[in-house]
Amino acid sequence: MTFDAVTAVIVIPAAAAALLAFLPAYRISARLNVVASLMTFFAALSLLGGRPEAGRYLLVDDLNHVFIILTTFVGLTTSAFSASYIEHEIETGRLTPTYLRFYHAMYQVLMFAMNLALIANNIGLMWVAIELATLTTVLMVGIYRTHEALEAAWKYFILGSVGIALALFGTILVYMAAQPVVGEGLDAMTWTLLIERAAGFDAALLNVAFVFLLLGYGTKVGLAPLHAWLPDAHAEGPTPISAVLSGLLLNVALYALLRFKLLLAANPNALAPGSLMVILGLVSLVFAAFMLYRRRDIKRMFAYSSIEHMGIIVFAFGIGGPLANFAGLLHMTMHSLTKSAIFFTVGHIAQVKGTQKIAEMGGLTVTHPVLGWGLVLGVVAIVGLPPLGMFMSEFLIVSSAFAREPWLALPLVLGLLVALGALVLRLNSIAFGEPVGPSDPAKASYLPMYAHLALVFMAGVYLPPPLVAWFQNVAKLLG
Amino acid sequence: MHGLTFDVAHMLAGSLVLVSFLQLYQDRLTSLLNVFALHALVLALSVAWQAFAQGAPHLYITALIALAFKAIAIPLVLHRMIVRLGIHREIETVVGVGTTMLAGIALVALSIMVMLRVTPGADPLAREDLAFALAVILLGLLMMVTRRNAVSQVVGFMSLENGLVLAATGAKGMPLVVEISVAFSILIAFIVIGIFLFRIRERFDTVDVRALDKFRGDQR
Repeated sequence: MTFDAVTAVIVIPAAAAALLAFLPAYRISARLNVVASLMTFFAALSLLGGRPEAGRYLLVDDLNHVFIILTTFVGLTTSAFSASYIEHEIETGRLTPTYLRFYHAMYQVLMFAMNLALIANNIGLMWVAIELATLTTVLMVGIYRTHEALEAAWKYFILGSVGIALALFGTILVYMAAQPVVGEGLDAMTWTLLIERAAGFDAALLNVAFVFLLLGYGTKVGLAPLHAWLPDAHAEGPTPISAVLSGLLLNVALYALLRFKLLLAANPNALAPGSLMVILGLVSLVFAAFMLYRRRDIKRMFAYSSIEHMGIIVFAFGIGGPLANFAGLLHMTMHSLTKSAIFFTVGHIAQVKGTQKIAEMGGLTVTHPVLGWGLVLGVVAIVGLPPLGMFMSEFLIVSSAFAREPWLALPLVLGLLVALGALVLRLNSIAFGEPVGPSDPAKASYLPMYAHLALVFMAGVYLPPPLVAWFQNVAKLLG
Repeated sequence: MHGLTFDVAHMLAGSLVLVSFLQLYQDRLTSLLNVFALHALVLALSVAWQAFAQGAPHLYITALIALAFKAIAIPLVLHRMIVRLGIHREIETVVGVGTTMLAGIALVALSIMVMLRVTPGADPLAREDLAFALAVILLGLLMMVTRRNAVSQVVGFMSLENGLVLAATGAKGMPLVVEISVAFSILIAFIVIGIFLFRIRERFDTVDVRALDKFRGDQR
């Protein structure tokens, strides 16, 4: 195998993980973590210049390239945030240097697993990579070893493995469907061959396979009613991991779902997967929107907001068609950027205040203007107010829903408004009003969070034509 | 080829479902682990028979992994662990045995009805294997939801994975990559679980998951 940019995207994190596992000094490893993430990001960017032919195991096409660039970019900014975050964790003694060594190595293993899942041209390999990513995050969620963290990790582990087991069964069924047409062995798991010949597969088998895949990977996406692990895992793990979970891992599972949706769409006799996705998406959206009202923990609240947005995105892809797919893709990108920016902010806020309880923080715009206004901006973006990027994507989703299935747009709009109300209500008490809790100056790096917010703002005002063309192309591909 | 080959494969896969049922009503951890070892043993035999029937020598490796790792190593380690934790006599079920068995029967009926209906064109051997495999997977899931003890949940998860291996070997010519990864993932899963059990023990002096449920972040 020749060493090219495609290989680099997975080799750099793997090598960095091995190196970080042996580096005892946490300051150096934090920097190395950033450097490795930066190199991976550049490798992903360099693929823009020209993509190699699809190999037997690896593949880069229009669809996954969007995901790869997004993953490596958020991976980079999160590593920068993580460097300033862990400084504080060491000072307060919540983490020891030994745990940090483990943490940094695991961070790169996670990056490796996610990139591999995205880049794999083999549905078996993709499954293995997603399982690896799940196991890694389970360990990271439990790293604080408090009661809550252990419970969250255990719940995540059990639900995650059930999901991943169902997904494997679905993968085996896809192989069974493909084997008479494509032939035995690796070929019947190679994505590019599968999609070419999908029309000849046994439709009934594909249908059952998709149900298992939807439930399996859907658990990882955090779709209700399989979402129970998500709020706990987000709230109890280290905040950089919450950012990566919300911003990236959910996307990776979603990507797997999209791949299989394409496979079903290529078979004329298979069921239309859209309606299932629309239902699950709407249920998640409305459920999460109402759940937002009762949250007392700030990270848990934004975790529910992630469920809500994954619901919106799955809904958009379920509706299908060039416009809704475009909007779904844009919304996914915007959500990743915004949600990780929010978690960066929340991480620093929780460190300053020494708690994650919403009642014990207040008046942040007075005591910590940079953090407070950052949070305000982030929430304004996440609820979809103009002029930020999410307004545009949500507007496109709602209008395409109205155009295609008007009565489906009602619960969608209801969910959006309910979520807006809940988040604005909470934001009001956190950001404004009487200052509550300690007001020591924050030692924070504001660059990652404002970089994300700037990008989201820019996307809301002006989307560069090449990007639009690219997304439109992917949207057409998704059918 | 059909005739005896088919009958033996059928019998072994059927026995796996039967042993899954045996697991459902074991009310002590020690006996549960013994039955799990039997489960893995039947799986190993079934996989080995598939290797013979399909003329696929690489499947013998999968059978060997199932035998050495899941039928011998894991039960031994778990036995020692529960003795050390002093919980080898206890087990609690959330739902009664009768209800669980009825639910199990319903799940088997469901999986056979679903799988046989959608695979009329497939090879009969693969077809029945798949139906049985789905039954084993669903029974494993059932066990995970009806048990409260962390160790028995883990056993439920492992028997679920056994069902996956049965499905993977039933699918003719499924690449080796996947089988090894399945076995490997169990290894990883086990390590993870080991760490967790260790930590849970360290914190709570119990491996009862109910003790964990008290610490719900939102309801403090």
